[in-house]
Amino acid sequence: MRLTSEARAALDREGLSRREFLRHSGLLIVSFSAMGVSSPASGGQTGAAAAGIDAGQLDSWLAIAADGTVTGYTGKCELGQGMHTAQVQLIAEELSIPIERVRLAECDTAVTPDQGTTSGSQSTPTNFNSRNLGLAAATARETLIQRASRRLGVVRDQLTVVEGMITSHIDPSKTVSYGEILAGERFSIALDVNAKRKPHQEWTVLGRSVPRVDMPAMVTGQLEYVQNIRVDGMLHGRVVRPPAIGATLVNVDERSVAGLPGVVKVVARHNFVGVVCEKPWQAIRAARALKATWSPGTKLPAQATFYDHMRRQPSRDTLVVDSGDVESTLRQAATIVRATYLHPYQMHGSVGTSCAVADVRGDRATIWSPTQSAYPLRNTTAMILNLPPASVRVIYARGSGCYGINGADTVSYDAAVLSQAVGRPVRVQLSRQDEMAWENYGYPYVVDQRVGLDEAGTIVAWDCETWSAALGGRPGYGTPGNVVTGALIGLQPAALEPRANPPAPTSFNNGSNAAPSYVRGCVGATCGGTGAVKSERVLAHTIRSPFFTGPLRSPNRLQNTFAHECFIDELAARVKADPVEYRLRHLKDPRLIDVLKAAVNAAGWDTRPSPGPGRQPTSLVSGRGLACVLYEGDNGYCALVAFVNVIAATGQIAVTRLVASQDCGPISSPDGMRNQIEGGALQGLSRALGEAVTWDDTKVTSIDWQTYRSLSMSADVPVIESVLIDRPEEAAMGAGETTITLTAAAVGNAVFDATGVRIREVPFTPDRIRAALATRG
Amino acid sequence: MAIISLTVNGRAHALDVDPTTPLLYVLSDDLQLRGPKFGCGLGQCGACTVIIGGRAVRSCVTSVSSVTGADVTTLEGLGTPAKPHPIQQAFIDEQAAQCGFCLSGVILTAKAFLDQNPKATDAEIREALSGVLCRCFVQVRMFKAINRYVARISNGPRIKD
Repeated sequence: MRLTSEARAALDREGLSRREFLRHSGLLIVSFSAMGVSSPASGGQTGAAAAGIDAGQLDSWLAIAADGTVTGYTGKCELGQGMHTAQVQLIAEELSIPIERVRLAECDTAVTPDQGTTSGSQSTPTNFNSRNLGLAAATARETLIQRASRRLGVVRDQLTVVEGMITSHIDPSKTVSYGEILAGERFSIALDVNAKRKPHQEWTVLGRSVPRVDMPAMVTGQLEYVQNIRVDGMLHGRVVRPPAIGATLVNVDERSVAGLPGVVKVVARHNFVGVVCEKPWQAIRAARALKATWSPGTKLPAQATFYDHMRRQPSRDTLVVDSGDVESTLRQAATIVRATYLHPYQMHGSVGTSCAVADVRGDRATIWSPTQSAYPLRNTTAMILNLPPASVRVIYARGSGCYGINGADTVSYDAAVLSQAVGRPVRVQLSRQDEMAWENYGYPYVVDQRVGLDEAGTIVAWDCETWSAALGGRPGYGTPGNVVTGALIGLQPAALEPRANPPAPTSFNNGSNAAPSYVRGCVGATCGGTGAVKSERVLAHTIRSPFFTGPLRSPNRLQNTFAHECFIDELAARVKADPVEYRLRHLKDPRLIDVLKAAVNAAGWDTRPSPGPGRQPTSLVSGRGLACVLYEGDNGYCALVAFVNVIAATGQIAVTRLVASQDCGPISSPDGMRNQIEGGALQGLSRALGEAVTWDDTKVTSIDWQTYRSLSMSADVPVIESVLIDRPEEAAMGAGETTITLTAAAVGNAVFDATGVRIREVPFTPDRIRAALATRG
Repeated sequence: MAIISLTVNGRAHALDVDPTTPLLYVLSDDLQLRGPKFGCGLGQCGACTVIIGGRAVRSCVTSVSSVTGADVTTLEGLGTPAKPHPIQQAFIDEQAAQCGFCLSGVILTAKAFLDQNPKATDAEIREALSGVLCRCFVQVRMFKAINRYVARISNGPRIKD
């Protein structure tokens, strides 16, 4: 069920609860646990939720109306990647009903269970395996069949379900519908952990390329985004950010906007400044005109030497894996190879700037937000407003694609603060500059690789040391200072406590792909890696970033994988081995081996060492490269082959063809998966070729699409081919961040194959390529 | 404030607005249309695109007073979910979107260009879209959708470049 903003606003005005609303609309209701405290429903992403919606109860996930309409309640929302339709497919499949009969309510703290944050390619593993929404749908089907069996006096084995009708196949006159069985009542049962998901051999909806149910509304301009939400009495706010990082507010001159039309209020709270006006254009003009005095900012470390700066800072150190014998093995190695890889800050750069609507009146607040984290945002907004969490309702509303934590949470705080100050609903939409200069950027990385080879060129030890910079991040359930607005109103970001002597790991966690695919990943007696190299050490340093950072599509994983997958290519070239053959020599995981082989087979890989024979980087040269990974160490196998042309004179790289292969267990929607493979690969290409956050002494200088370069629509885009490996017997994994993890590495390797020049720093700008080619002579 | 006359998607409006207001805000706020969207306010991304006089116009940098009396078409003016315009249908057929925020820029820019240049080559279409941004990077599908639409309006084989 998608409520329009008008309906939601009306509900809210009337003080109607979900319980009452659903009764009025003929639907069933969620269950409320006796204590009013739920257990978190998501896969490890929830904190101390105090929700009233008990994720252990079936009624919290599904309701069936008397007319047979099924409403699902999910805490995993549509971010533009197709999860709405996929979850509709899941419900339709398990309940054997047409997708047209399924409604889905997403991420509303008054309506849906707390599933934490929609992120990290976790929606599929969380809801499409045998728990949460998937388990709820299976529980519902089994319960309905049991009740039909009793009601019809027909044993279960003689019943079949077609389009929500349960019928005896011995005596078809014995039939009953879901709606009749429930007769408008709730299920009133707990999720049954023994309820079996429908066997994949019987699937007719899952595993099919179901067109996205929201597509017609999107292409005709009728879909409601958060930017379109209008509630009665709504005003428009605009924030005024500091002119420099670390600048603090000295004074706001309210008289500077006194004569401007539509100004309702100037709001200053600690270092937060904003204006509220009757109309959006008035708010923009007032924000521009408002005179505020700020202290000088903090002097920023010079961008030109920032990677060296990162190495010298106090850091919090983490040992990901350490076999304890790396130094001794390296001493005995025939050859030691070293290289350093560099990755810049990059931004989410959503096409639409972030927007939210808040209605804070007295002791109640409603926030319409494009957040990925409805429940966490409820709790942190409550902190900002000094209200109890139960008095705040967060309703997810579609935004521009976010790719991680863009300005969605911070603008929700902006709207809440301004609405509280005026006691009326306020909509805030950030300016392009405010979005880009203050978002939580993707982490910069320095990766030092050091590997020992034996006489045969086989890797005997892999030592990896990384430096990344972080500040803030997702606010979670209790740290609103992790994004700019929270910090401006005086709340601190999570502290980074330096730690020089990290403890030994207690388990192998490769969630950041910090360990390369070619090591065993052994902690104690358990080996969780995908490779064969026994002598292994990965040490990660995190320093405090001068800018806010946070998850950006494939956070850490893309940066680490760029370094690992390029370095394995360097090693292959060093020993004059084919890059595929050399990888296979060190891989153990059969599924990773399979995706790698599938990609190179589809690509028509020519087996030979890199660089190609007789390559002279004089005019236009061509090459091929590849990369592979088990995303997050356990969440999606992927390989990518890139074919490139490099124009030596200009340093330009044209990627002509990308071939991806992917194994994420059972495929819910082949076309949906292809769309993610294609978009991820091209977003990865944009990040590899051109994207980097820039700054001067005091502030970020990449503040629009001239100063932050995204791959143009007019660029020659490669042909993209996808090989989908369906493994319906395996657990469901995420497919939204796989190819993006590999593009920079595959393209970098292809550039080496074409030119013999290794580019170890993202982005691969024409200047950087030209300079590298010139150095080679 | 001043009374500004505009025809939007076939409906005439007389609006009492600040004449310096960019057209985008009049469309999205005064008229509460959902098609044109704020992306940058700088004419750099295309999310606010509308068609005026057969041309794709960036409504975020076009003051409403400069288009007084104009006939404006937004994305919702082309077709409806029940009866989409052929170019919208082509995007549905190709499932050529992810978040969908850029679609006013992509669809209206392509349509306006193809209306004037029905025999355009692939390279010319790409160039026409050079100022449009899709950050989900769906362009492979989008160009397939545009080609599908071109094939339909031309009823013949495409000129390949």
